[in-house]
Amino acid sequence: MGAYILRRLFMLIPVLIGMSLITFSIIHLIPGNPAQTILGEQATPQAIEQLEEQLGLNEPYLVQYGKYMAGLVQGDLGTSLRTNSPVTEEIWPFLAATIELTIFAMIFAIIVGVNAGIISAWKQNSIFDYSAMIIALIGVSMPIFWLGLMQQWIFAQELGWLPAFGRNNPRDPIETITHFYLLDTLLQGNMDQFWTALRHLILPGIALGTIPMAIIARMTRSSMLEVLRSDYIRTVEAKGIAQMSVVYRHGFKNAVIPVLTVVGLQTGTLLGGAILTETIFSWPGVGRYVFDAIGNRDYPVIQSGILVIAFMFVMINLIVDLLYSYVDPRIKY
Amino acid sequence: MEKKPVLEVNHLRTHFFTDDGEIPAVDDVSFYINEGEVLGVVGESGCGKSVTSLSIMGLVPNPPGKIVGGDILFRREEAGEEWNIAELPGKELRKIRGNQLSMIFQEPMTSLDPLYKIGFQISEGLRRHFKISKKEGRRKAVEMLELVGIPRPSEVVDEYPHQLSGGMRQRVMIAMAMASDPELLIADEPTTALDVTIQAQILELMKRLNKEKGTAIMMITHDLGVVAEMCDRVVVMYAGKVVEQGDVRTILKNPKHPYTQGLIRSLPKLTGRDERLYSIPGNVPKPGSIKRGCRFAARCPEVFDRCVKEDPELYSLEGEHACRCFLYDPQGGEDHDENRTTAPRHESEEILSD
Repeated sequence: MGAYILRRLFMLIPVLIGMSLITFSIIHLIPGNPAQTILGEQATPQAIEQLEEQLGLNEPYLVQYGKYMAGLVQGDLGTSLRTNSPVTEEIWPFLAATIELTIFAMIFAIIVGVNAGIISAWKQNSIFDYSAMIIALIGVSMPIFWLGLMQQWIFAQELGWLPAFGRNNPRDPIETITHFYLLDTLLQGNMDQFWTALRHLILPGIALGTIPMAIIARMTRSSMLEVLRSDYIRTVEAKGIAQMSVVYRHGFKNAVIPVLTVVGLQTGTLLGGAILTETIFSWPGVGRYVFDAIGNRDYPVIQSGILVIAFMFVMINLIVDLLYSYVDPRIKY
Repeated sequence: MEKKPVLEVNHLRTHFFTDDGEIPAVDDVSFYINEGEVLGVVGESGCGKSVTSLSIMGLVPNPPGKIVGGDILFRREEAGEEWNIAELPGKELRKIRGNQLSMIFQEPMTSLDPLYKIGFQISEGLRRHFKISKKEGRRKAVEMLELVGIPRPSEVVDEYPHQLSGGMRQRVMIAMAMASDPELLIADEPTTALDVTIQAQILELMKRLNKEKGTAIMMITHDLGVVAEMCDRVVVMYAGKVVEQGDVRTILKNPKHPYTQGLIRSLPKLTGRDERLYSIPGNVPKPGSIKRGCRFAARCPEVFDRCVKEDPELYSLEGEHACRCFLYDPQGGEDHDENRTTAPRHESEEILSD
């Protein structure tokens, strides 16, 4: 297993190099003079020259790429043009906000989706099955901004149960250590702030998790239906094993691989930043960070944002692959 | 000593409710199995023998299948226990299944859960029924693997099904089914999917376990060779009904029902090289497609008027031998040509010879 992980990590190197090449090229794909485009029509020649100097655009491509790579290897993602601070430092709070929201949304999606799918398959053609699958169908087809607005209107505006915006109460700022608010407040033992942060996660988390939940439920159901018909499930039944154990231990474990695939893809997508959700709920996530950078033509930030998101996607896929071989002994390392 | 039945099936009817209507897969089937006895249930595919066995296990897929009538009485004489499986709620059924009542299936390649180790799968049922520890379960699993003749059992116990061959997997299935020391083992075509040499080994193993442990076996098969090898009594099924039953010698040497005769004639012989292999013309009718008359009438070489008008009963012949054919109606029923053919003797004797 350890050797397999090492080999898989080794195989990541070409992928990462490819990714860096693409993000590096972004700035050179700008038509005309990149510095001119970034600074706009009215820029003085001195300013353009200065920016070219700063971005190293006046050097040969290979030298530029070499410097870019050297920076990446040391964890240097460049400097934001707008704020003049290193992207590595700047992006982290946004990234942490996105990761926290994604984890919360995926936990919701997995718990609800997997169980709904399992029970639907187990009680196929029952009322539960029909209603769960109708809800799942609505879930995959629901425009997320509409769902978010409805949630805000009902649970924040009308009922006043949950906050509608942001990550915490702005009048009671959280001292950040890791920028994962739930973790930070727990580390400081500040339970009030922990609950506030948790309450802020609920609405955006559910909004963000609805589509993955529906997809997971449908995938779990179809995979389970196939497994529950198989010979080995009949064997387990013939042993007189309890129903729950038949369905979850033998049934779901055999059905889990396609579900894992979907969970991986969905997690990757959510980590890319869900701009709609983040905008509606004023969530300071990486999607909005990159989106703002595009508006500001802040190319180093755009490059780094894309690189970081792609990197996380690749890592999630790696984890999913490792989980496959953990679940199924027939998948060779 | 008089033997007592461990299983008594009375007028069992298992129907499937499909879009094409209600299909009587098992239609008024009755038979019994005595303690320590091997009963063969014989018939072509689609005759209802597998559904009968699944009914006894309470494993008929529902929907679409359902036991709509009859009793399945399962007894443990020395414990004074008796259950009617046809009416038992699922939870009670799970206590018997894999405990006093076990089953092995046709497809050893797909009948083991690919994600769990052999040892876990053997001990899983034991740990549930007998509340034994993990360690004890493992010890028992090794013991069972040894009993069914698996080499290096203490290693195989930690292997996964895909690491074993088909014959080995069927041995594991048998080990699993026998681990709880059941009163009755139902074997649904246990050797069909295996090589001929492995088949013989598996049959030998089952015979040994039957003798040593006194487990009654219900052997479902389409292979009359297996019947001759293993069984004490035989039930022949056709299109959801029992058409003939009796002890194995009577059935193989002196079959009465034209269907049984046909089955025996269609066995290949090692000597008869120049003859074309006999086959019963036509196919098994879809259950429920024949509304009136004998279900075998369309394929029967001896069919006469009454066969298509009325349902024959199971007429008793000498001893336990019984046959569902108007030819044996004690009331005579039809003036029919007396020189009817019985199965050529030499063929059936060949089966019994070893």
